[in-house]
Amino acid sequence: MTQRMPWVKPALTPHRAGGMNKFGAVRPQQHQPELDGAAIAPLLEQYGSPLFIVSEKKLRENARHLRRAFSTRWPKVRHGWSYKTNYLGAVCNVLHQEGAWAEVVSEFEYRKARALGVPGSRIIFNGPWKPAGILEQALLEGATIHLDHLDELYAVEAIARRLGKQIPIGLRLNFDTGHTEPWSRFGFNLETGAAMDAVQRIGSSQWMKLAGLHSHIGTFVLDVRAYARQARIMAEFMEAAERETDCSIEYLDIGGGFASRNALQGLYLPPDQVVPSFEQYAEAIVDALSEATRGRTALGKPLPVLVLETGRAVVDDAEILVTRVVGGKRLPDGRRAAILDAGVNLLFTAYWYNHEVRPMQPLEGLAEETVLYGPLCMNIDTVRASVMLPPLNLGDALLISPVGAYNNTQWMQFIQNRPAVVMVMQDGKVEPIRLAETLQTITDIERMPETLRSPFPETQPR
Amino acid sequence: MEKANSPIGQSVDLPKPEVLMRLALSDNGFVFDPVAGNSFTVNGTGLAILRRLQHESDLDSIVASLQEEFEVDAMVAERDVIEFAGLLRNAFK
Repeated sequence: MTQRMPWVKPALTPHRAGGMNKFGAVRPQQHQPELDGAAIAPLLEQYGSPLFIVSEKKLRENARHLRRAFSTRWPKVRHGWSYKTNYLGAVCNVLHQEGAWAEVVSEFEYRKARALGVPGSRIIFNGPWKPAGILEQALLEGATIHLDHLDELYAVEAIARRLGKQIPIGLRLNFDTGHTEPWSRFGFNLETGAAMDAVQRIGSSQWMKLAGLHSHIGTFVLDVRAYARQARIMAEFMEAAERETDCSIEYLDIGGGFASRNALQGLYLPPDQVVPSFEQYAEAIVDALSEATRGRTALGKPLPVLVLETGRAVVDDAEILVTRVVGGKRLPDGRRAAILDAGVNLLFTAYWYNHEVRPMQPLEGLAEETVLYGPLCMNIDTVRASVMLPPLNLGDALLISPVGAYNNTQWMQFIQNRPAVVMVMQDGKVEPIRLAETLQTITDIERMPETLRSPFPETQPR
Repeated sequence: MEKANSPIGQSVDLPKPEVLMRLALSDNGFVFDPVAGNSFTVNGTGLAILRRLQHESDLDSIVASLQEEFEVDAMVAERDVIEFAGLLRNAFK
């Protein structure tokens, strides 16, 4: 009997003139059967698909890389782990073990950090709304509080007066760096004088002491000059605040916003060519800071601690999402489309990134333009609008990356359960760090009024 | 378009036989339409289907014939032939 050939989905690719990429050819999709030595296929069998997989090794490497880039250039550096980027407990604790404080922006996040065992004295509390109860708890526990608006300033003063002690406080600033879109909704504006008004008000209070300045200039900031300008503006404002009031600024917190190695939609060049390294960010920031604080040491003033709230650039490429093909079709324009079991419900960042997609196993056949859709019954559920892939078969697994930032916090429970998250530990073992949701996860917190217990009461015997 | 009716009543729209017949097919997957002037690359499976469609329009016969040459389930082959026929309709009018 003659050997039969393997079946590959039939494909017909038209030859078109033009359309060449002058920056290089389409990169071949290499397959990836494992992560940090852990085979992915058995994990899909055990935990189901889709599945998020975090690399502990990569997470630690990134945290150390960030710290090294800055601490070799500036004497006092602190990293506050941005909880909103990924607050899975295991992820947070890896970063805490690497020395990072918790940077939280809500009561939920504050409580989560405390529940993980982070002392209040190692929590940076940002955000536009800190409810009275948690604000008082945070002040009592010695958290670093960054005031967002005047009402919060008065609320803190009232608490401090009631407690009968002076409380060190930080002030969130906003200003125009000239390089990024100003984020003016958070904190006190510098150009209008609102920031200096707040400094004066704190300076005149016996219950508060200005201890630090904070600002956050944007997100996925690719231009390091924006940070250089930010550092200079903050250092100059520090000098002005100390001149105007009897305060001593202990730290400058430059927030987050460093870009990760992800492909922002609309950018032509690949991330490797446009995303600055930690060293490039550090060089720009520390150069500007050194220049702006040159006179401090001579005057006997200490250099401020440089606080970073880097989230995305630390965690994004430490996590992948594995998803399976559950259907395929040809679109009216001839393009191939695949339906995946993971969509924008799990990949919030698919709205603005062109994630890298690579098959778990080698795929046969010619690569052609493919649209990757998620499983939601919504037109906007597109994971990739265009990606070159060989023909996909039912059950084929695809690895989507980087997905570590914002997806495990902004994912939504919309018509699907959220899947499990596992971590490949440094020793190669794989541990679940979040179990897959079940129907019961959702229904457990629902309550049914007595009269609505039966969906079809007319069929029930009275 | 002509309809090829399978014994179970399933029909597949195909380009006209004379359109399919005029295509020049090479063994390495180069397809040339001398009337429209368009050229294409077809993979091995697509080439096998295209060659059969030039002489055969019955879906079940095509699927059976493909199963002799390829390691494929009849349902999968049928699904892919139907989808491929859609591609051909758009490519060769």
